[in-house]
Amino acid sequence: MRRGLIRAGLQRGLIELRQTVTNVTDIIGYLFPVALLLGWLRLIEGDELPGSSVSLGAYSLVSSLALLLVIGGVTSMAQYLTMDREDGTLLRAKATPNGMVGYLIGKIVLVAGVMLITCAVTLLPGALMVEGLRFDGGTWLTLLWLLPLSMLALMPVGAILGSFFQSVRGAAILMLPVLALTGISGIFSPLSALPGWLQGVAQGFPMYWLGSGLRSAFLPGEPEQALATAGVLALWALAGLAVAPRILRRMARRESGSLVAARRERAMTRTM
Amino acid sequence: MAARSVVDTPGTGPVIEVRDLRMRYGDKEVLTGVDFTATAGEVVVLLGPNGAGKTTTIEILEGFRRRSGGDALVLGVDPADGDEPWRARLGVVLQSWRDHSKWRVRELLQHLGSYYANYSTPGKPRPWAVDELLEVVGLTGAEKTAIGRLSGGQRRRLDVAIGIVGRPDLLFLDEPTVGFDPEARRDFHDLIHRLTDVDSTTVLLTTHDLDEAEKLADRILILARGRIVASGSADELSRQVAGESEIRWTRDGQRFVHSAADATGFVRELFRQHGEAVGDLEVRRASLEETYMRLVREAEGAA
Repeated sequence: MRRGLIRAGLQRGLIELRQTVTNVTDIIGYLFPVALLLGWLRLIEGDELPGSSVSLGAYSLVSSLALLLVIGGVTSMAQYLTMDREDGTLLRAKATPNGMVGYLIGKIVLVAGVMLITCAVTLLPGALMVEGLRFDGGTWLTLLWLLPLSMLALMPVGAILGSFFQSVRGAAILMLPVLALTGISGIFSPLSALPGWLQGVAQGFPMYWLGSGLRSAFLPGEPEQALATAGVLALWALAGLAVAPRILRRMARRESGSLVAARRERAMTRTM
Repeated sequence: MAARSVVDTPGTGPVIEVRDLRMRYGDKEVLTGVDFTATAGEVVVLLGPNGAGKTTTIEILEGFRRRSGGDALVLGVDPADGDEPWRARLGVVLQSWRDHSKWRVRELLQHLGSYYANYSTPGKPRPWAVDELLEVVGLTGAEKTAIGRLSGGQRRRLDVAIGIVGRPDLLFLDEPTVGFDPEARRDFHDLIHRLTDVDSTTVLLTTHDLDEAEKLADRILILARGRIVASGSADELSRQVAGESEIRWTRDGQRFVHSAADATGFVRELFRQHGEAVGDLEVRRASLEETYMRLVREAEGAA
């Protein structure tokens, strides 16, 4: 019986993944940041990272991938949840036996798929444009544990945050803390340029470690911090997986038809 | 039919049993003590003005909302602690859905149906086969349409289809026929009769359409000011209200209309006086609409 439920969740995720990759608005949403990034890479072509043999392009490409993955894992998970609450999809899941479990499996599959697509559309053209990326056995081995672990660390955070927003518009402000973290996580410039306490703050969050892990996978000569990376990400994953189900259950318990109707009413008056 | 409901309903108690159901939001009392029961295969219609507590009542029984007081048993289980096997025996159609707009009709019915496969019983194979279901609700030909592109009436048919895809023992319908044209409405009424006759599904529905209530209901509950002020078939209700009946007749080519509380006595007197001269006699009891308006007005005046 569990198997049937997992199959239903997988099916759900794959159907929604197909919907998003065939939807023009969504496709533009995936490609737009990549286009910006490629434009930026073109501008800095040939520059080198000060005090290092790594090209600035390679550094920027890999770091940006970390940022895009965090946006994919946290922000899109939160927005999907808010959207599904607003239009009643979540209530429908609640009205179906085991529907919430199937729904969550589906969302995990969907967000994981979106994150993998993000990797592909960023790395494929990016690798053709920048020099000095490393693609060897070590790269793939690192990705093999780093990506799933990052997903486990990021998605519960997105789900928890998504539970607190009553409207899609509210969830959009999530971009602000993500961008603030980007500034201090060594995504666009090496961390050593920042005061020590800020570096400490950044190192408490997954974005820093995802960036560091990806750089060690793709850039030759980058320090390998596998143990610390895995440790911090695993802590986030464990904490998230412990808290998220409780928060999600509480959120789901409150869902009812009149709540969805009231939310819709509010959304309608806003657009008028 | 009886045998099947025994298989699917452990214990042969009522399908819904509600006693002194109360609901308070802050210091506003929405339900002030609702009592009723529904038995297998029965169609119970909740009628009442806006804000009377119809939706709140249904949401409590669906297990979507916690009550403030009183007792409720739905399929023998307190809806506040309903588990997944319990959930599998319910069908829910809310007032407005706009979920899954990117999904295609067949895709969604097939997907949601798959959750019910574990709860199939010999007497009731679950879920309903999608092709047959599409035909039953009148959506054949729309199976590949994206749900966001359905017309209002089609969307409502889909909502009903999703509500019954698990072949529920108990179906909740909150204003199901809003947006239906007369033909769709008649199809829907046929579907409800089919569900109750063939599957012995119990149906609890709310509506504003008195004509619909009269056609569908085995029993009508009139909810006003947070409690049930009257219950019975349309006929029984109009008897409960000491309303006046309307009597029409012709005499010597002239039409007459008269209202009387005691129609039988009036007609007896009419014949005694005029005998053979009376023609085209018609006696009409108060309509459900009149009964309803009077009951609601009395309840609201009393409070």
